[in-house]
Amino acid sequence: MSLPLRIAVRFLLSGKAQTILIVGGIAVAISVQVFVGLLLDSLQAGLIQNTVGNSPQITITSAEENVTIGQWEEIVTLSESLSGTGPVGVSVSANAFVNKGNDTVPVLVRGLDAVAVNSVYGLSDNLYEGALIQSSGEVLIGRDLSEELEISLGDRLQVRTPGGAAVDYRVSGFFDLGVAAIDGSWVVTNLRTAQNLFGFGDRVTSVEMKVPELFTADLVAGNIEALLDDDSLKVANWKDENESLLNAIQSQSISSNMIQVVIIISVAIAIASILSISVLQKRRQVGILKAMGIRDSAASQIFVYQGLLIGVIAGIVGIALGVGLLWSFTTFATSGGESVIDFRFDPVFMLRSFVVAIVASGIAGLIPARRSLQLTPVEVIREG
Amino acid sequence: MAAVIELKGVDKIYRGMPDVQVLFGIDLAFEERSFNSIVGESGSGKSTLLNIVGTLDRPTNGEVLVDGIATAGMKKDGVAQVRNRTIGFVFQFHYLLPEFTALENVLMPYVIGHRKPSREVLDWADELFELAGITRVKNNLATKMSGGQQQRTAIVRALINKPRVVLADEPTGNLDSENTANIYARFRDINERYGTTFIIVTHDRRVAEQTDRIVEIRDGRILMDIAK
Repeated sequence: MSLPLRIAVRFLLSGKAQTILIVGGIAVAISVQVFVGLLLDSLQAGLIQNTVGNSPQITITSAEENVTIGQWEEIVTLSESLSGTGPVGVSVSANAFVNKGNDTVPVLVRGLDAVAVNSVYGLSDNLYEGALIQSSGEVLIGRDLSEELEISLGDRLQVRTPGGAAVDYRVSGFFDLGVAAIDGSWVVTNLRTAQNLFGFGDRVTSVEMKVPELFTADLVAGNIEALLDDDSLKVANWKDENESLLNAIQSQSISSNMIQVVIIISVAIAIASILSISVLQKRRQVGILKAMGIRDSAASQIFVYQGLLIGVIAGIVGIALGVGLLWSFTTFATSGGESVIDFRFDPVFMLRSFVVAIVASGIAGLIPARRSLQLTPVEVIREG
Repeated sequence: MAAVIELKGVDKIYRGMPDVQVLFGIDLAFEERSFNSIVGESGSGKSTLLNIVGTLDRPTNGEVLVDGIATAGMKKDGVAQVRNRTIGFVFQFHYLLPEFTALENVLMPYVIGHRKPSREVLDWADELFELAGITRVKNNLATKMSGGQQQRTAIVRALINKPRVVLADEPTGNLDSENTANIYARFRDINERYGTTFIIVTHDRRVAEQTDRIVEIRDGRILMDIAK
């Protein structure tokens, strides 16, 4: 351990109560910064997951309405070969009606292939009763629609197309995706069943995929569009379709960053002012050390080290406190028995906060370090 | 014998409104292995002279040579290094670091110059503690010792780097007569045993009379310079 570091440690240890108060105060500030950052991160992640997590993030349809796609297999192969894409599924979507007593209720029939069912819409994870479709002639419906139609598992449901076809299907399960528009209007079946119902032959209405990196969806969609080079197809991505959500998230991020920057600045000012007082308290010691021949740079390092040590300890304690606060928040702030947000442990954010705390403390230590440079041993000796 | 410290035409002026000149053209040399005192009334400029001799302060005009090397052109770090290796200080107040033990305080000048203390240095420290009669309290914090023990620890600290010169400014000013006699006996002992040059600033003529040379300062000038 270098001499300035040893002296810095000893100075901090010699005034234990003062050091504990300093570290405690700064740790609380850092914990607020970590808590605010992690909370907003978790809220945003939850919001995005709820909005687009259980739906395709890129959708390829015909540029004209009500036109199906024939060459979908080529599109799937091409999309899968492209980097940045996740699972790629296909589907048929068409409007139809179901009976409710003497009334009819409009529904959207969705014929999904296995990839779309499991990986794009995550229906297997959100089925709360019954089982996935095993054979043609079976359908799944959402919670809201099942309640509206007062239908039970295994009941028959007659679906009528605008073209006049009417087919009875057996209800094999109920899902709840948490999106009212889907849970209240979708009748999900397999691809072949929907194609037969609407007479689409082997054609589909859309190719749908996910992207592992949500925020690259617009770039990946652009790549697909360029590769397809086909004006008859339209490539849509979730970011373009949810601009207001993105704006909200962005404003939230900016305000969160501002709060964090203000906290960091206040931490730095607190450390700088505390250490400036420490230079005054320790001026006698610094003067003696200089009389004994310590170099000016080594004497000033004592204060930089003090700043860094306070930063490291307050950083560790502050991050632990911040994580603890968020954990308490996710555990105790509940709505209907469920946590308001999911606890999201972001090590990169915490490491960043830690590094920022240390760098800010080090910079804060430079101010008293500069003051100590001006101190001469004669001043201290004359003071007696 | 060669001069270990030499002052040539040293003036010291404190700038202000008005300027105050404290030293006037001081020419003075201290030989190695000598035992000297500087006496003078309060405000005569003797402490300022000692600070300049010890390179803690710079003269306004003139030269200070330590071991034949002129310090005027040196940078602050260079002067600090010369001070660390050549000069040991004992002040009126002990100026120990209260955060450290007596032993840690004593080793501080060595650690500043060399980092880790060697076995020889630790043995040397033990020998000095023994000589000063304070071995018993060497692991006490500086604040957990009596005034006499603190001052003796400061003396041991001044000697740890085996300096060529020890500068002592009223080193017994805060001690009783028994402790005072004891400390001057130690100084003389060290001077004879290790050949360390001593320059002791005092206002007490009885103390000065125990040294081999008395330099008297009045109003910033050398009034008298007597060698026994």
